[in-house]
Amino acid sequence: MPLLSVDDLTVTFRGGHGRPPTRAVDGVSFQVDAGRVTGLVGESGCGKSVTALALMGLLPGKGVDRGGSAVLDVGAGSEFVASGPVDLLGLGPGALRDLRGSRIAMIFQDPLSSLNPVVPIGVQVTEILERHRGLRGAPARKEAADLLDRVGIPDPTRRLKEYPHQLSGGMRQRALIAMAVACAPRLLIADEPTTALDVTIQAQILELLKELVDQEGTALLMITHDLGVVAGLCEQVNVLYAGRVVESAGRRELFAHPTHPYAHGLLGSIPRLDAPRGDPLHPIRGSINDRIAWQDGCAFAPRCDFYDEECLEGPPALTEPRRPDHRVRCVHPVLDTTAEEVTA
Amino acid sequence: MSLLELRDVKVHFPVRAGIVTNRTVGHVYAVDGVSLSVEAGRTYGLVGESGCGKTTLGRAVLRLVDVTAGEVVLDGTDLATLPAEEMRRFRRRLQMVFQDPLGSLNPRQNIESILAEGMTAHGIGTSNEDRHRRILAILDKVGLPANALSRYPHEFSGGQRQRIGIARALVLEPDVLICDEPVSALDVSIQAQVVNLLEELQDSMGLTYVVIAHDLAVVRHISDVVGVMYLGSLVEEAPSDVLYAAPRHPYTRALMSAVPIPDPDVEDSRERILLTGDLPSPANPPAGCRFHTRCPWKRETRCATERPEMRELADGHRVACHFAEEIAQESPGEITDGNRENLAKSPRA
Amino acid sequence: MTAPIETTGAEAEAQPEAVLVGVKKSQIEGRSLGQIAWMRFKRDKAAMAGGIVVALLILMAILSRPIQWLFDLDPNKLNQNLVDPTLRAPYGGWGGMSWDHPLGVDPGFGRDLLARIIEGSWVSLVVAVGATLLSVTIGVIMGVVAGYYGGWVDSLVSRMMDTFLAFPLLLFAISLSASVQDGFWGITGLPLRIGVLIFVIGFFNWPYMGRIVRAQTLSLREREFVEASRSLGARGPFIIFRELLPNLVAPILVYSTLLIPTNILFEAALSFLGVGIAPPQASWGGMLTEAADQYEVDLQFMFVPGLAIFITVLAFNLLGDGLRDALDPRSK
Repeated sequence: MPLLSVDDLTVTFRGGHGRPPTRAVDGVSFQVDAGRVTGLVGESGCGKSVTALALMGLLPGKGVDRGGSAVLDVGAGSEFVASGPVDLLGLGPGALRDLRGSRIAMIFQDPLSSLNPVVPIGVQVTEILERHRGLRGAPARKEAADLLDRVGIPDPTRRLKEYPHQLSGGMRQRALIAMAVACAPRLLIADEPTTALDVTIQAQILELLKELVDQEGTALLMITHDLGVVAGLCEQVNVLYAGRVVESAGRRELFAHPTHPYAHGLLGSIPRLDAPRGDPLHPIRGSINDRIAWQDGCAFAPRCDFYDEECLEGPPALTEPRRPDHRVRCVHPVLDTTAEEVTA
Repeated sequence: MSLLELRDVKVHFPVRAGIVTNRTVGHVYAVDGVSLSVEAGRTYGLVGESGCGKTTLGRAVLRLVDVTAGEVVLDGTDLATLPAEEMRRFRRRLQMVFQDPLGSLNPRQNIESILAEGMTAHGIGTSNEDRHRRILAILDKVGLPANALSRYPHEFSGGQRQRIGIARALVLEPDVLICDEPVSALDVSIQAQVVNLLEELQDSMGLTYVVIAHDLAVVRHISDVVGVMYLGSLVEEAPSDVLYAAPRHPYTRALMSAVPIPDPDVEDSRERILLTGDLPSPANPPAGCRFHTRCPWKRETRCATERPEMRELADGHRVACHFAEEIAQESPGEITDGNRENLAKSPRA
Repeated sequence: MTAPIETTGAEAEAQPEAVLVGVKKSQIEGRSLGQIAWMRFKRDKAAMAGGIVVALLILMAILSRPIQWLFDLDPNKLNQNLVDPTLRAPYGGWGGMSWDHPLGVDPGFGRDLLARIIEGSWVSLVVAVGATLLSVTIGVIMGVVAGYYGGWVDSLVSRMMDTFLAFPLLLFAISLSASVQDGFWGITGLPLRIGVLIFVIGFFNWPYMGRIVRAQTLSLREREFVEASRSLGARGPFIIFRELLPNLVAPILVYSTLLIPTNILFEAALSFLGVGIAPPQASWGGMLTEAADQYEVDLQFMFVPGLAIFITVLAFNLLGDGLRDALDPRSK
């Protein structure tokens, strides 16, 4: 059974003050297996970050409605949490606090604003070790230095005394990763961890994440908009559009046969570094604002090249038009790609 | 013939200290000696990571920041030393498209007012009706409906706002359009719309572009010639196909190999050159070759002491590296034992 | 370019809407920032209440003389028959409240308090609004100039603001008010007192406004649309009036609204200290002074002007807070 199983997750922000409620996540289902990298891909407003925050229990309690389930196998239990599978959405604040950091950890997009600017890195790392592993004093500092060393921060004992602003962007993200993996969490959620970084630094961080997954057996839920990052890192890919998973497949299958018109269009619209120059780009027309509610039909229909009346006959179901394990939410999947079948 | 030529352009920002005295305690060498030329009707792409000076260079061409030394020659006139009022009039021929499509539009002006602003400043158009006609024509060119005119920036989507930004620049009928990260603030699916629009406009209006971006794939797609910047100077310049097929500067090679490609097969098989360390501070750049502190192919001689000049390797392919040919011969893509300690710890390297 | 599904230009924007129109019942109408702000403001009940009270106060101040004439209220008419000559307290309970004098009369002279409150309202508001206008004018000019031009201009203005803020304002106000004699600049009596108050309060408070405007200008100057305007060939004054000031309207408006109650309190304090509005002219601060001498015999007398000041200050503050929330584009 999978480590994390998200089923029909919905997150609705109640409007209030006369504003209509917004459904940011609209029935998202996916699974994360232990020791693998699972990708959640989508553009801004597709609900990928809200999904992450919902899993971490970091959404505000007031004004937000949650639905569905997100069952995590937490392993050994603790004071607040039973062992084995636990529905994260049903947990109270105490239990969530207990799980965060020890069983699930998160890496955010902006490493500078995720670190407390007036507290040395070392204190921020040892705090976590104290909270979840009861380490303090010299052993905690030793462990913190080891952690920094493991994420590739040179001269870790000196770095422990430094403040976040004294570190470069890449080093800060490494420090955040060190804090996230300090208690060997079973699930690591990375929300656009390299978007704020330069491309050469991004390569270093992605390499580090890969290494952590390989060596520690941590499951990584990678949230990104960058299809290039997905292609290099994720084994299972879920494409989100307007709060729903529209396509889900292994990465080779997905990139070879993008079957949902959105995924298909996305891949056709990005310039590739290795493509011959002069290949025109095929943009997706309109913008994310041009969408309809899922209950009325396919949210992508207004931007879709294959749109017809059928698309507006209620929400499209997830089907497997090409092969098992390749699920597509579309009534007109793109099946006539000429590329040869991959044997993955 | 080159329409825009930069000769040894330098932009140094003084670092000041003290509240009252304002002493200059040092300089940030944001742009430190860049020479390049842009052909009429072509696109020159400038790439580099944050802090490399590419944005400052673009701003220096428009004199939005002052040029410390060097010449910026547009069609025979050196802009760097032009008096303020003459420069103001020259700006009509040299326009800019900004990165943040919302931030670059005044939230309190409607679209018509935004588009008319430049024409008023330069006295273009004989009457209000004439200006209105021109605005409608441009609006149509960038693919916005005429009813956009009375609306405000916040009512548009990101892609539409960038179209407004492009229209604002084009309404002055400039020769050169400097695009500073024109698509990086946009969603992936929208980027292609704007890239295609820029290409179409170039074809139909004969525009010359300088495209500044950190996204190598976008720059390579849109540019005829690409210049790679590192820490305030150009390290390599080549026609865009050549640059990808045969990058010669170690930094360019590392940069190219770091760009993720949306294709699992390519991703799994490519050699990644991981750089160690971070960008040195432009306030205190390393002596010699600026890249030698991170270079996997650093040599004992010259690299740390002598700053390499840009030299021509092949037609239109310039590189600033003492050992470009040697490195290309000995390791067409791989890493030797001699430079391994300079590479990041990596399980797959 | 001959892509099969190529869609750029007008097509690209038009088509999704064509599909959407069939689905959506109503299109969302475009609204200007002002309309959005008004919508938000309307939802804020406390701010609306503050706004209504402020509007009524302004109406009362403007119409104070007609109201007095209409209801036959005279703020300076002595009613010695209503005051106990030995105790120097009004006859009857509650400070002499009656149908003729709904808020009672003052203990010394038996003057009608309602009439004095109405009369005092215009004095307070004229001084507060006048002083606010003065400091806002100076502050905005100085702030924008310092923020936009920077360099030595900025240093000069900033040091000037520091100097002004270090000034012992209260002592200066007291000595200035005492030393300005009747007939200064040919002005006498009440207009002179009001003029001196406006000058003292407004002229020394501008650095607060100046600092806010300067900081806002500094951040606006770096915004891309200002740079875009420069790259379009716009001149300095054009940028200041077209790009900067419209974007400064919101913070200026909000801060002015919050400055008015401070100035009302300041005016009251100066009058309380005896250097503001001279008796027998009614003013809220002056009434408090008189009440302070008499609180043992008649607490009501202190309560009435105190409440008037309290309600006014509270209403302006609620209005200012509401404006800030409504005009701030970040608080969506």
